[in-house]
Amino acid sequence: MKAPHIRFERRLSSPPGLQVVALIVALLLAMITVGIIFYFLGVNPFVAFQRIFRGGFGSLFGLQETVTKSIPLMLAGVGLTLAFRGRMYNIGAEGQLLMGAVFATGVIRIVPDWPSYLLIPAMFLSGFLGGMVWAFFPAILKARFRVDEVLTSLMLVYVAGELVRFLVYGPWRGTDTRGFPITDEFPLASHIPTLAGTRIHYPTWLLAVLLAVMIYVLLTRTKIGYEIRVTGENPEAARYAGMNYQRVALLVMLISGGLAGLAGTGEVAGIHFRLRPPEAISPGYGFTAIIVAWLARLNPLAAILTSFLLGGLLVGGDAIQIALNLPAATVQIFNGVILLFVIAADLFAQYKIRLEV
Amino acid sequence: MGVNIFEFILLALRAAIPAGTPLLYGTLGEVYAERSGVLNLGVEGMMIMGAVSGFAVAHTTGNVWFGILTAALVGGLLALIHAFACITLRVNQVVSGLALTMLGLGISGMMGKRYVGQPLAARLQPIHIPGLSDLPVIGELLFRFDILVYIGILLVPLLWFLLYKTRLGITLRSVGENPAAADALGVNVAFVRYAAVVFGGMMAGVGGAYLSVSYAPAWIEGMTAGAGWIVIALTIFAIWDPRRALLGAYLFGGVRVLQYRLQPLGISPNLLNMLPFLLTILVLWISSGEAARRHIGAPAALMTPYSREER
Repeated sequence: MKAPHIRFERRLSSPPGLQVVALIVALLLAMITVGIIFYFLGVNPFVAFQRIFRGGFGSLFGLQETVTKSIPLMLAGVGLTLAFRGRMYNIGAEGQLLMGAVFATGVIRIVPDWPSYLLIPAMFLSGFLGGMVWAFFPAILKARFRVDEVLTSLMLVYVAGELVRFLVYGPWRGTDTRGFPITDEFPLASHIPTLAGTRIHYPTWLLAVLLAVMIYVLLTRTKIGYEIRVTGENPEAARYAGMNYQRVALLVMLISGGLAGLAGTGEVAGIHFRLRPPEAISPGYGFTAIIVAWLARLNPLAAILTSFLLGGLLVGGDAIQIALNLPAATVQIFNGVILLFVIAADLFAQYKIRLEV
Repeated sequence: MGVNIFEFILLALRAAIPAGTPLLYGTLGEVYAERSGVLNLGVEGMMIMGAVSGFAVAHTTGNVWFGILTAALVGGLLALIHAFACITLRVNQVVSGLALTMLGLGISGMMGKRYVGQPLAARLQPIHIPGLSDLPVIGELLFRFDILVYIGILLVPLLWFLLYKTRLGITLRSVGENPAAADALGVNVAFVRYAAVVFGGMMAGVGGAYLSVSYAPAWIEGMTAGAGWIVIALTIFAIWDPRRALLGAYLFGGVRVLQYRLQPLGISPNLLNMLPFLLTILVLWISSGEAARRHIGAPAALMTPYSREER
């Protein structure tokens, strides 16, 4: 007697149309699931979803905020598409983002008098470096000593958070802050310009889109991009083909860390104009970026779109927090459920699944 | 010095053992899950859900045991999601576990909002062991814990024995090492993996509940504060052996205590808070070196879904 079981048959090719349909179905199912969870937690799902949609996409102001929040998500998310393609599970983008913010702030402390055209690029460079440094440790530990990068990159998120706190409560605390744990306001020359009347620091947005295109080209049109993809899909085959695993591992980690660092730079130089405690700088952009990357099916160009979508969700999440008096962690429910359904959708796009009885 | 070295060690143990107990439960559970070949990065999410549901039920019913039982069920239920995704649907285990953690953090935040700042009347009390608890000094320092601490300690030899000396343990290990061979011998690979993952979730749930009904005892949003991730690292440090899980858990419990002890010396609490996480990285580094030298490592089939067609 045979027990009923599920059989998987790999599709010879996964048609792009099917992938898109599977993703849309996954998103819908995820929303229904979140709705059910909300219902059981005593929140009217219809009211919640209406507020989220109106908050994130339903007004000009909401859309502006959505674009604003999509900037760090896009930068960090694009970086993660590269890392995940190379099968480096960089889960620590949040920490790399914070270090980007720290390194960018460092520039202000060293050369506060520089003119704008030097100061802003210097901050971005420094922020990129900060993110890279923070990704370097998990990268080298993985490449050289086979230490699991999921854990090390994640541990460094906590360390980065404590470092930021240490700085703003201690040596970097400002003089005009009335006791708040923040640095002094950055000089005007360091403020990234914004679209009039909004918080959209458009140079960072343009930089993010440019980098998305560059990473896409790197992945699909270059030799190293080919090596990254082969290493990610089949590390054994990559080794036999003589590809340098350590080089690939380091490269994808450092670039993804650097991009997260740029995201942190954009936040302090485009939004806050100060270094603040970690939870004020980022409501978990680095973690939401994981969903940006996965929802984009690890395609950097698609991440431009998915970062907008998740940016809207964050804005909507803020809206329901205030309107329905919910904790900040609420958005994590969306993150978790969407991620679960999206990876399941991948499967349905790649396999024919039948139940055999 | 007024405190001699013997007394110092006892004092350190008295503080480190309760602090390490949630880690011990979590790690023992994760050891079993990973032994079956399934990595569950959702420990943080399962622990925090155990903490919030355990507190909620203990608070509402006034019975701490209902709370702990609920925490185990909730942890197991969350693990079941992961099991279904990884074993039946065969999705990426890293991403699924991560999603589970996010889900747990989110739901616990929403569920727990009304319990923030609430006192717990039904907290777990220290138990009195006749004889031992009455010993001078030692009795007061080492034998006045609550029952979950002792159950945790007793689980170590029990789970070790099960894993290495019984048929059940051999089956579990074979599923994690060579599922195709186990399958050929008539073992239901999927069932064993489901059971191990759900057991892991229940243990994580109890570990979380320990935090909220005994250690704290209170509900604080995000109170696990990375403990679930340290559990994953301890599983590697333990080289998937329950005995070393005990060592690792109490060691990290000790670090937690050290954090508070060093604070009066004027070291920034923020820098001290980095300690457990930096130490985790160090421990992972050392463990991977040890694993390479002694040719021991993760269960061979860890993170590899099994299907008869593709073996």
